[in-house]
Amino acid sequence: MAESAATAHDAHAHEQSFISKYVFSMDHKVIGVQYYVTAMLMAVIAGLLAMMIRLQVAFPAGDFSLLGSILPAGYSSGVMNPEFYAMLFTMHGTIMVFFVLSTAPVSGFGNLLIPLQVGARDMAFPFLNMLSYWTFLPGCAVILASFFVESGAAAAGWTAYPPLSALKNAVPGSGMGQTLWIVGMTFFIASFTMGGLNFLTTILNMRTKGLSMMRMPLTLWAMFLVAILGLLSFPALVAGCILLLFDRHLGTSFYLPSGLIMTNVPLVDASGASLTSGGSPLLWQHLFWFLGHPEVYILMLPALGFTSDLISCFSRRPIFGHKSMVGAMVAISGLSFIVWGHHMFQSGMSPYLSMAFVVGTMLIAVPSAVKVFNWLATLWRARIQFRTPMLWAMGVVSLFISGGLSGIWLGQSAVDIPLHDTYFVVAHFHLIMAGAALFGVFGATAFWFPKMFGRTMNESLGKVHFWLTFLAYYGTFFPMHYIGIAGHMRRIYDPTQYGFLQHLQGFNHFITYSALILGASQIVFFVNFFWSAFKGPKASPNPWNATGLEWTTPSPPGHGNWPGEIPEVHRWPYDYSPPDAEADFVMQTDPAPVGERARSAPA
Amino acid sequence: MPSAELVTDAPSRGGRLPPAEAGYPGGGDGGGGLIGDPARFGLWLFLATLSMLFVGLTSAYLVRRESGDWLPLRPPGVLWVNTAILLASSVTLEAARRRLAAWDLSGTRRFLGGTGLLGAGFVAGQALAWRELVDRGFYLASNPHNSFFYVLTGLHVLHLVSGLIWYCAVHYRLRRLAIAPGDDGLRLFATYWHFLGGLWLYLLLLLFVI
Repeated sequence: MAESAATAHDAHAHEQSFISKYVFSMDHKVIGVQYYVTAMLMAVIAGLLAMMIRLQVAFPAGDFSLLGSILPAGYSSGVMNPEFYAMLFTMHGTIMVFFVLSTAPVSGFGNLLIPLQVGARDMAFPFLNMLSYWTFLPGCAVILASFFVESGAAAAGWTAYPPLSALKNAVPGSGMGQTLWIVGMTFFIASFTMGGLNFLTTILNMRTKGLSMMRMPLTLWAMFLVAILGLLSFPALVAGCILLLFDRHLGTSFYLPSGLIMTNVPLVDASGASLTSGGSPLLWQHLFWFLGHPEVYILMLPALGFTSDLISCFSRRPIFGHKSMVGAMVAISGLSFIVWGHHMFQSGMSPYLSMAFVVGTMLIAVPSAVKVFNWLATLWRARIQFRTPMLWAMGVVSLFISGGLSGIWLGQSAVDIPLHDTYFVVAHFHLIMAGAALFGVFGATAFWFPKMFGRTMNESLGKVHFWLTFLAYYGTFFPMHYIGIAGHMRRIYDPTQYGFLQHLQGFNHFITYSALILGASQIVFFVNFFWSAFKGPKASPNPWNATGLEWTTPSPPGHGNWPGEIPEVHRWPYDYSPPDAEADFVMQTDPAPVGERARSAPA
Repeated sequence: MPSAELVTDAPSRGGRLPPAEAGYPGGGDGGGGLIGDPARFGLWLFLATLSMLFVGLTSAYLVRRESGDWLPLRPPGVLWVNTAILLASSVTLEAARRRLAAWDLSGTRRFLGGTGLLGAGFVAGQALAWRELVDRGFYLASNPHNSFFYVLTGLHVLHLVSGLIWYCAVHYRLRRLAIAPGDDGLRLFATYWHFLGGLWLYLLLLLFVI
């Protein structure tokens, strides 16, 4: 990375030390790569946690002496402790949702791409941008540190429901680990907020001449909407976390009802009065999910944006229904704020209220279907170039459909109540939220790699990685639908303890083998990534014959992004295969009308 | 007046590059900036985020209030004095901005100094209010209304203290005359400070009137 980012085209050459160039850098491209690499390292950790979860579920009585010798706190004589299992799924979820799948696409590619795609020299607030990364990194350290405190990491699930998360002595993970969880999340949210301010200000105020909102690539639209979602929804979680900290450490009862009993001991003071009173655990759920639902679109929208741009580029056709694509993303973002209750159908809410949440949730299916239709229409009878980024984009479409359909089931309260907290839910959100976001990141990595490191990734390794991941991903998560409908609860330590789950253990074995293959396949990616970053073939400014602004500058772009003047924009970024042009694409910056048909605005 | 010390670059404008080149609305019609000054726009976004924090706490407050153990808290009398102090600090800040527009620097310093003193006075007054509640036996955890009072006023004062730190930076710049017409640093600070004044009125309303 060090050599490849060297700036041969540095229009504003001033000597910088290694520290200010690569460590405390204010250059949006370096910050983007910093975020990306950190998120990928966190992904390795959270992925290994998932492997341990799967080994435990498939082989609850197995002897894992080797793992036990590495992690003496988690295993006693080769068998995993139940408390450790709860820590594993809690930390897997937390790290993956926030520190990987929010960070890599949004903070990673957002920082890398926004100034390049709007035609700006850098973000609006470069110092704030640097501060944002250096707030994120301590957050990672804090959240990981919780594995090393005596009582272990947080164990109340990634949703941190009270009273488990609010009583310090409820389970071992409710101790210091939960406090570190809250502190780590606070760092993350502060960092994400700084990023969001930068994103919105840059996109709204710093677009180059000619780049109207409707001429922005859909990736940029996604980043724009994600920043709004983050800025408006994360504060609700901050509010919730503040109250949770007070409940944990200062004796308040925001979330704690009276009459709690912990391991058969009532929580009372010397006079017999309840230590807690009147609080409502549901209050936390509302605050959490008011963030939590927009959060899943924070993960998804960038992937949807990448996919649209990649499908258009590799089909060599304009994206079908451009305006409806923008409208669909805006609609999804807006609706995401009024559907949080569909995570809480089980909480005893009034059926009238749950009906409102059902209707809102079903409405999301409409813009989602619009997006799928437009993708398929773009692909329809196109001469598709099956390059690695395109494979990932089509993987996103596949996962978006298969995961989205089960969302229509789960969005109905009548269906959700029996399926709640089963593996059906696990299957659903891993396909649509985790999978689509992850595949989107892989596609974007292959596509924009030249802008990160000035080199291209290896196609053969990329394709091997895609097919292994694609098959193993479905192999892991698709059977979970079946065992979920059969009643297999999620988050259980030992399914063999339940008679009615005995016959499903074969599925659990299959899922675990698939998951292990899925995990191992990622080695291909990391080999390809690091090898290509240092030794890959040098990339031309526009290796994919794409049309966007970022492809008008050398790979990698130097400090200041364009060696000379910032280019002007004269058309939308989807002018692929215009019938009367010589090449099969026209750059966004091309001023000349193409033949007779000057397209100045998207049709 | 030591005019040689006038510094005309805009430190908050994204560093090394002159605005026109960096693709600001002044440098091209672009899609156009919705608000010309990115720093100002960013601040408004931050205030929107901050508002959402208090919206979240408000909803928690309204829900929690419905439970049976809620005992209404009588506001400490000093709160009304504090309110007057905070509002007065906003008034002196506006007065300082007018003086600055008229390039009356000593007057600017006088009124700005007033804002700083009144702001610090508000923080001290809030401490007195908490002191009074503790003396009366209204502790943080003894009742949910108390808890919310401490949480909400605490968060507000925290933001006010960060406002005072910003105030010091503004004041320092003004003393060094590191200002330029249209970029005197006071406007952004005033937006934040007035927001905190408005937020305080809202919190009073929420805690003791609604």
